[in-house]
Amino acid sequence: MNQDQILTKLPYTKPFLFVDELISISENTVEGKYTFTEDSYFYQGHFENNPVTPGVILVECMAQIGVVCLGIYLLGEATEIAETEPKIALSSHQMDFYKPVFPNETVTVISEKEYFRFHKLKCSVKMLNETGALVAKGSICGMLKV
Amino acid sequence: MPRMTTEEIYTKLEPIVATYLPEDIPISEIDPDSDLTGELNINSAHLVDIVLDVEDEFNVEFANEDMETLRTMNDAVAIIQKKI
Repeated sequence: MNQDQILTKLPYTKPFLFVDELISISENTVEGKYTFTEDSYFYQGHFENNPVTPGVILVECMAQIGVVCLGIYLLGEATEIAETEPKIALSSHQMDFYKPVFPNETVTVISEKEYFRFHKLKCSVKMLNETGALVAKGSICGMLKV
Repeated sequence: MPRMTTEEIYTKLEPIVATYLPEDIPISEIDPDSDLTGELNINSAHLVDIVLDVEDEFNVEFANEDMETLRTMNDAVAIIQKKI
């Protein structure tokens, strides 16, 4: 399954799609990018007159790239029935934040698989900003099945 | 190593399951017939955590088919007994 096929399989759409492109993907790791454009809806309220990307949105971006894209790839590799839509759910996450992300910043998400067993995918995931500085780091678990 | 009895397996299994009980379920609710997800309210992700902990504790490996037959504490004991 190539990177474009994975993107078309993502079950999200605007304004809740937080993946622009995948840089690389393999059995154990994925790297992708997203730009938080200044017209994103959450900047209207977070915060009033002081737009900063909400931490929950950063986690969502990390989960979409780091867990869902990787999971779709792994499911696609493991099964012939790559035609069906995967069922996905976030099951848990632990995240530490180091730097804010402001409107129009492009972030890079790098995720490494810890395990994928019995439909549960656990990854250690980090987010970097354009200067390469660490924005957030933690672990995210999701349940994925076709 | 001598074969573990079902009681011995159960005694080692109970604290593993207890780790993943939601706050509203007391440990006293765990009994051999307890349905792990239905009655003890363990979510599907934590059910996987329990299996991974069981694999470490008993040095066994669960297959997908085992996961499908795993509903109650007794099911878990039976699967473990078969494998050790």
